[in-house]
Amino acid sequence: MRDYFIQGSYLAASVLFILGLRGLTRPDKARRGMQLAAAGMLFAIVGTLVSHQIVDYRWIAAGLVLGVVIGYPMGMWVPMTAMPQRIALSLTFSALAAALVGIAEYNTRLTNGEGIPAAIMAAIGIEVLLGMITVGGTLIAAGKLQEVITSRPLTYRGQNLVNALVFVAMLVLFGFLVSHPERPALFYALIALAFGFGILLVLPIGGADMPVVVALLNSYSGLASCATGFAIGNVILIISGSLDGSSGFILSVLMSKAMNRSFTNVLFGAFGSQTSIGAKSAEGLSVRSTGVEDAAVQLAYAQLVIIIPGYGMAVAQAQHQVRELAELIEGRGGEVKFAVHPVAGRMPGHMNVLLAEANVPYDKLFDMDEINGDFDRADVALVIGANDVVNPAARNDKTSPIYGMPILNADHAKSVIVLKRSMAAGFAGIENELFYNPKTSMLFGDAKKSLTGLVSEVKNV
Amino acid sequence: MLLLELYVFVLAAFTGYLVISRVPSLLHTPLMAATNAISGISLVGSLIAAGSQQNRVATILGFIAVVCATSNIVGGFLITDRMLKMFRRDVPATKRARASAAPPAAH
Repeated sequence: MRDYFIQGSYLAASVLFILGLRGLTRPDKARRGMQLAAAGMLFAIVGTLVSHQIVDYRWIAAGLVLGVVIGYPMGMWVPMTAMPQRIALSLTFSALAAALVGIAEYNTRLTNGEGIPAAIMAAIGIEVLLGMITVGGTLIAAGKLQEVITSRPLTYRGQNLVNALVFVAMLVLFGFLVSHPERPALFYALIALAFGFGILLVLPIGGADMPVVVALLNSYSGLASCATGFAIGNVILIISGSLDGSSGFILSVLMSKAMNRSFTNVLFGAFGSQTSIGAKSAEGLSVRSTGVEDAAVQLAYAQLVIIIPGYGMAVAQAQHQVRELAELIEGRGGEVKFAVHPVAGRMPGHMNVLLAEANVPYDKLFDMDEINGDFDRADVALVIGANDVVNPAARNDKTSPIYGMPILNADHAKSVIVLKRSMAAGFAGIENELFYNPKTSMLFGDAKKSLTGLVSEVKNV
Repeated sequence: MLLLELYVFVLAAFTGYLVISRVPSLLHTPLMAATNAISGISLVGSLIAAGSQQNRVATILGFIAVVCATSNIVGGFLITDRMLKMFRRDVPATKRARASAAPPAAH
């Protein structure tokens, strides 16, 4: 009877999770969907708590209370601008939980002397391996995103060789453990290696590639909880783990497509470590810089303005000023659209969340394919702290490292205004032809200050 | 049993792929937060490790896992809801814009 209740609660949870994720296909149904998913989670927890296997509730109660105490601030108080590192850190938590359950299961089976069948050992091995790689990787990713660690790629000679050796060592250990499970020392060595491999894997990856990395690690952590399900024979873990895993997989494929790069290139290419190989240098070209007043006039009389936000907007936390400027232009009868490149920012959908936080309605946010045709009739393309995603070299310079990457056609607009801190090259270390285009004017300075200036000038026009 | 679990795995991954590939890029960050929250389901395994009194090591590891998973569930669902609350359509905005953009001061 009790087993039926448990299985029923897991079944309900699985259905509710899928319905919840389906809600996310429509912005107006999304909240409702996630409430369903949360209800599903409650079912699964209650179902587990009544299980025969649980005999002592003291540690559980303490863990639940402590988890709520940590989780509440992570949910309610973390600012939207800190979202990328917040997501990376919660991936650490979920991967750690999966890995620890694997270690506990191994330990229990070993001390009880019940023997570990090869299939179970393989599941535990995969769980611990993927889990600890994710823990190591996401900790470094979170550190880079929070800028505790430099977000520049850290590379050294022979790096790929070291990584390859560690990888092979892990595979050998894993293979050996599957056939000889009763070697705890080797098991713990595998854990340490996987953790180290995760760190080594992410260290050489630069900040701009974080969307791919975070999505990929998301899929690893999903697969790790899947493996947990196989190890302890629990179907709900397999189902949710594979939902999580496919979500991460889809996102990382989308992200690397949007950069026209393969996984291997992202993971082992150390983009941006070598400065501008083959890219055109800036010598002999001149940049036209402009003032707030002139830019404001251009914007005030424009029929259609397309705003292209980038990581620079997030750094300057200028999203509220952007919204204010957009409303002013609309108030004067102009039309404003936002063009969001898939890899703008530091995680999938980063710009959308920031603009939504600033009260920009989502029907003004367009993705690349929807908006690229509109640039031809745009009077002004306003680029705010974006760089590589508007670099025409991706289209016409075969020697450029970003050649082939789909970009926003900012250069098709009648005029372009670029808000930028200085002439420093973009993340990929490549000069941007757009900045030297005769119809481009550069407005140098902190994005927030420039936008505040633009807002007050547009009011006066 | 293993074969059955493989069936479940493949079908769930397939369902996940079909459902999630239809999520618009607009909601990709909430999607990541939501799957993080759902990945807190490893709480199910953690609860059993922490409460089945097998040995001290399993209990303590299970306890830490319960803390991690619970904070992901609570934090994940809260932050997803906070984000989704911010996504709204245009209608009220244009009204407000018109109201705030005072009549273009008598030129």
